[in-house]
Amino acid sequence: MNLSGEASAGGITSRAAEVGTALVMAAMGAAAIWDSARIGAGWGADGPLSGTFPFWIGVMLVAASLGTLARALAKPGQDGAMFVTWPQLRLVMSVLLPTIAYVAAIPFTGLYLASAALVVWFMTRLGGFRLRSAIPAGIATAVVAFTVFEIWFLVALPKGPIETWLGF
Amino acid sequence: MEEINLLMHGFAVALQPENMLLMLVGVVLGVLIGVLPGLGGANGIAILLPLTFAMPPVSAIIMLSCIYWGALFGGAITSILFNIPGEPWSVATTFDGYPMAQQGKAGEALTAAFTASFFGAFVAVVMITFIAPVIAGFALKFGPPEFFAVMFLSFACFVGMSKGAPLKTLSAMAIGFLLAAVGMDTVTGALRMTFGATEMIRGFDFLVAVIGLFGISEILCSIEDGLRFKGQKAKIDLKVVLRTWAELPKHWFIAVRSAIIGCWMGITPAGATPASFMSYGVARRMSKDGKDFGKGRIEGVVAPETAAHAAGTSALLPMLTLGVPGSPTAAVLLGGLIMWGLQPGPMLFVEQKEFVWGLVASMYLGNIAGLIVVLVAVPWFAAILRVPFPIIAALILVVCAIGAFTVSNAEFDIVLMLIFGVVGYVLKKLDYPLAPLVLALVLGDRTEEAFRQSLLLSQGSLGVFFNNWLVGSIMAVGIAMFAWPLLNWAWGKLPHVAARRVAAA
Repeated sequence: MNLSGEASAGGITSRAAEVGTALVMAAMGAAAIWDSARIGAGWGADGPLSGTFPFWIGVMLVAASLGTLARALAKPGQDGAMFVTWPQLRLVMSVLLPTIAYVAAIPFTGLYLASAALVVWFMTRLGGFRLRSAIPAGIATAVVAFTVFEIWFLVALPKGPIETWLGF
Repeated sequence: MEEINLLMHGFAVALQPENMLLMLVGVVLGVLIGVLPGLGGANGIAILLPLTFAMPPVSAIIMLSCIYWGALFGGAITSILFNIPGEPWSVATTFDGYPMAQQGKAGEALTAAFTASFFGAFVAVVMITFIAPVIAGFALKFGPPEFFAVMFLSFACFVGMSKGAPLKTLSAMAIGFLLAAVGMDTVTGALRMTFGATEMIRGFDFLVAVIGLFGISEILCSIEDGLRFKGQKAKIDLKVVLRTWAELPKHWFIAVRSAIIGCWMGITPAGATPASFMSYGVARRMSKDGKDFGKGRIEGVVAPETAAHAAGTSALLPMLTLGVPGSPTAAVLLGGLIMWGLQPGPMLFVEQKEFVWGLVASMYLGNIAGLIVVLVAVPWFAAILRVPFPIIAALILVVCAIGAFTVSNAEFDIVLMLIFGVVGYVLKKLDYPLAPLVLALVLGDRTEEAFRQSLLLSQGSLGVFFNNWLVGSIMAVGIAMFAWPLLNWAWGKLPHVAARRVAAA
């Protein structure tokens, strides 16, 4: 959701975020109405059709979102209330972007290696730790998680090449 | 007095050594979860739920419900010492708890909070013991229209009783229902709202949604305020505890009133958070030293904590008797019941006596265990927040990812969790309530099923929801609740009221 075009210099305004969110929700509601109408909403040969319930929920969502939208637009936009300021957003991104990378890496590297890397990244980049304390902490996280889940609870988590090489 | 007998049987179940051990593990984990930002009752239990499949259901529910009690206790620790509410229901505790800690009275504040929590929970458990069987017996006569009416009423309560914008509550609820409907329709087998994506056929698992909405989003919200926690020292010794206990009976009236508010708000799905605020507000308004509230008065800790814990506990009453949870955490526990193969609802009291009464007995014991654990171990729990935030955040993200994956061994669920996390962050910042979304996601399929069965009974006429006094009156209250914000708004627009409001402002 990129609303920065509407925002003032200091960040994303609450008003822009309200409007954007309400529009996305209304679109979701419209999609639900469309799909439910496609599979049939109403009374069929043997009871209510599959689309009936989602159809009316979709109508409710569209109506409620448009109401929220109207209220957001009716409010004067100059009060300057911020949804998030740029410095705050930078902090949030400093956590969110590595997390996205982490989630994207799991199918390739397995969960343990990715988790160790996440801990190392957070400690060195956000916590100001040196690599010589961060790397052991990362490895310890992976080993503890492996012991708890694979060995104690017998829950198999996603594994990658390293675990295969180690024979698991 | 059949309840007493059944309760004694329940104690026999709960007092088995392995169940006692699980109770203690649950409470300690729960306090830990309550202290850590980003982990709360709802998503903490959601993460641990898949690990309990191998246990007998009664042991599993004992452990998970004890996590809930622990989290209710734990929320107070960070509120008082760090001015950071570990849980939303302990926000009101910060108002007077943190000033007390700044004045060097952290021990008194913590003791008062824990004792008040315990009192609130105790009142609620006693209420559950005696009222739950009555409601369950009554609900045995319910058919699909009555069940639909009860669910309608609980969702209407969210709209009517929420403090925020009713339209936003409605939107959040509708999104929950839609997400619940995604995937295969269990009645006709039709695919709904998958838009051609095979990943969507399974639908959305609410546990994954809960982990993202409450866990990931919380991390993103707390990072905004920077990376450090600054806290007061926690020191509790027996002398402080005894001195505070000697003082507390003076505030018995506030405690009783708060417990009643809490029980009421917990049964109706308003939940622990509004209960704590309401109870705090009432205590301030009724006190003759009302203007001193917020500067560190012990009543300001007792009132919200009693109410929050009473509400959190009594949220299990509708969950057990009707299958309609009163809070997101109760909703997760309800999801657990279904996974362990138990059918929630009044039949539980007939068919699963051991389970129900084992759980009720464990509520008494778990809260005693919780009180002892927090009083003894508060400094250690507080020390956790001295671990730098980047380490805590990384570990919580890893735990959330593992939790999301283990729900159904699907890597795609981890991606969904992250998406729900970002959505939760945006919704939270815009004051969309998350509880109705989660409850609608959990109850969506069953609400729809009750709705369809009712319509089948009546051949499509909506009159089935009004054709006897019972279902009709539940529906009428529900409709009134739904319309309440509208009536309120219309009343404010009347010329003479509007004029008075302007004059007052």
